[in-house]
Amino acid sequence: MLHFSYSSEQNEIRELSLKFAKNEMMPKASEYDESGEFPMPILKKAWELGLVNTCIPAEYGGTGFSAQDAVIITEALAYGCLGMNTAIMANDLALLPIVIAGSDEQKKRFLTPFTEDYKIAAFCLTEPGFGSDAASLQTLAKDNGDHFLLSGEKMWITNAGFADLFVVYATVDPKLKHKGIIALVVEKEMAGIEIGKPEKKMGHRCSDTRAVTFRNVKVPKENLIAGPGEGWKAAMKTLDHSRPLVASSAVGGAQCALDHSIAYAKQRVQFGVPISQHQGVQFLISEMAMKVEAARLLTAKAAWLLDNHQPNTQVASYAKAFAADAFMQTSTDAVQVFGGYGYSTEYPVEKLMRDAKLIQIYEGTSQIQRLVIAKEIFSRSL
Amino acid sequence: MNIFVCVKQVPDTETKITPTSDGSYIETSSIKWIMNPYDEFAVEQALLMKAAKPEAIVTVVRVGSTKDAEALRTAMAMGADEAILIDGPDHLDSYMTAKAIKGAIEKSGKTADLILTGKQAIDSDSLQVPQLLAQMLNMPSVSVVVGFENNGGTLTLKREVEGGALEIYEVKAPALVACNKGLNTPRYASLPGIMKAKKKPLTTYSLADVGVSDDDKRLKYSAFKLPPEKPPGKKFDAMDEANQAKVVSDVVNLLRTEAKVI
Repeated sequence: MLHFSYSSEQNEIRELSLKFAKNEMMPKASEYDESGEFPMPILKKAWELGLVNTCIPAEYGGTGFSAQDAVIITEALAYGCLGMNTAIMANDLALLPIVIAGSDEQKKRFLTPFTEDYKIAAFCLTEPGFGSDAASLQTLAKDNGDHFLLSGEKMWITNAGFADLFVVYATVDPKLKHKGIIALVVEKEMAGIEIGKPEKKMGHRCSDTRAVTFRNVKVPKENLIAGPGEGWKAAMKTLDHSRPLVASSAVGGAQCALDHSIAYAKQRVQFGVPISQHQGVQFLISEMAMKVEAARLLTAKAAWLLDNHQPNTQVASYAKAFAADAFMQTSTDAVQVFGGYGYSTEYPVEKLMRDAKLIQIYEGTSQIQRLVIAKEIFSRSL
Repeated sequence: MNIFVCVKQVPDTETKITPTSDGSYIETSSIKWIMNPYDEFAVEQALLMKAAKPEAIVTVVRVGSTKDAEALRTAMAMGADEAILIDGPDHLDSYMTAKAIKGAIEKSGKTADLILTGKQAIDSDSLQVPQLLAQMLNMPSVSVVVGFENNGGTLTLKREVEGGALEIYEVKAPALVACNKGLNTPRYASLPGIMKAKKKPLTTYSLADVGVSDDDKRLKYSAFKLPPEKPPGKKFDAMDEANQAKVVSDVVNLLRTEAKVI
């Protein structure tokens, strides 16, 4: 069975999310982009409507959405503002390891509070010296009887300054590489957590990004989500879930760039006609439209595979890389369609271009996605 | 307490409208339908009343084709308790629509303590159904309402009149109130609300069920056409000083003879 339509419920979810994006996020996007302030009132409102933490299963108080539902929501929210969406999506990224690898007791303890109040979570994998090469991470978790002593530094941590909990990847022994990696939940009240200053960024400027340093933080063993050997698997499974989300955020951003370009091309007159009648502009816009649709379909397939319990690593990487690259191209071309006006912050497309760049970097760069794809291809061929 | 809210499903304001080739109606296949924006104020007002009186039952009623029930489902996702759909054409005339809603309210077995509607539907802009319905039900009705207070069944209603002035009415329920922008801020349907709405009862009646037949038709649509395209605006170049006197006299002349505004 192959079909390309949303269920009526998915249409409603999409309508609500888009309405929220257009009425609440878009009008404030430029202001928050300029100030770099964390958009707390908007995030809270999104949480109240159930647009945040879509990964929490119904039995723990969540909405119990499918991966397909989640990408529909993310696409719409990213249409409103990539930076705000990053703050929203980062909660899912951080909570997913708990959903994937946590025990029933841990899920109740950590996930349910997120459904009762707006709380913020941060996913801590990357370190100053290890980004793409995450298996070489150095943050140490020393077994100390009934608890771990956690020490090390994490970098580029989204939501860090506001997080109620951190899902931290650490190693019990760096020599073991990925086999030594574990996942722990660190709660903000624990002593020894040092939160860095907000990073000054090119795009996604209202999302909060900081370094986080752990200095001998005592983490009780009941906060261990995945032990040695399991931690790395949990991280990889998390990416299988989160990459379709990131891809859909690129689709939303690219759709936004396309819509702005179409509207502008119809009203901007040069040589006596709207520029939409010039082939040079038509080609740019047709190219954008093709890329947006192709990226959306790949993303939908990556989510569909997940919902149907089939391996999706390869297709999730297709989607993430293709959508991110499509967004970069589409937003760059949108600036081109707008010409000089596009380069000005008075118009919305330069922000999209800045925001697009990060999607090619975080959650596995476009190059890492190609390595993942190649690894999948060659590990499956004789 | 029973509150009925009439909602209409209308084409999204961003939808491009095309008449059918025979001119009998508009192409509906490519239309994105939304709840009539004024009806959102009516739904919100009902939900605010329900918040104050939790035992109140909010029923949303719509006349229209069954293929999309979005407006009703949205209203239930916002918090309405039940929905009634009267299956009929999307462009029934105002009299038939009002009569159908009256029939549906009676058939529901509930006594309406309050009926809320939008002040008008943004597609046909007839502005008749609220008044017709109130007349048929022998209820007082107030339209273009921007202020609403309920004091034990006595409603204090503010309605906008020309020039921004307000008229204040005191009306005893049961009554019909047609709502305008500014009355409240309609809430979003939340995602959990959307999930819950699926389990809420939606009753469907045919036009015959609610006692409406072709004999009730008061209006015959002869054709649907797009308005003629506006001619492009005229431009005058007054930058050249030598020409200015002539340009001014030309413009004044055209304003007098063509635009007829002076």
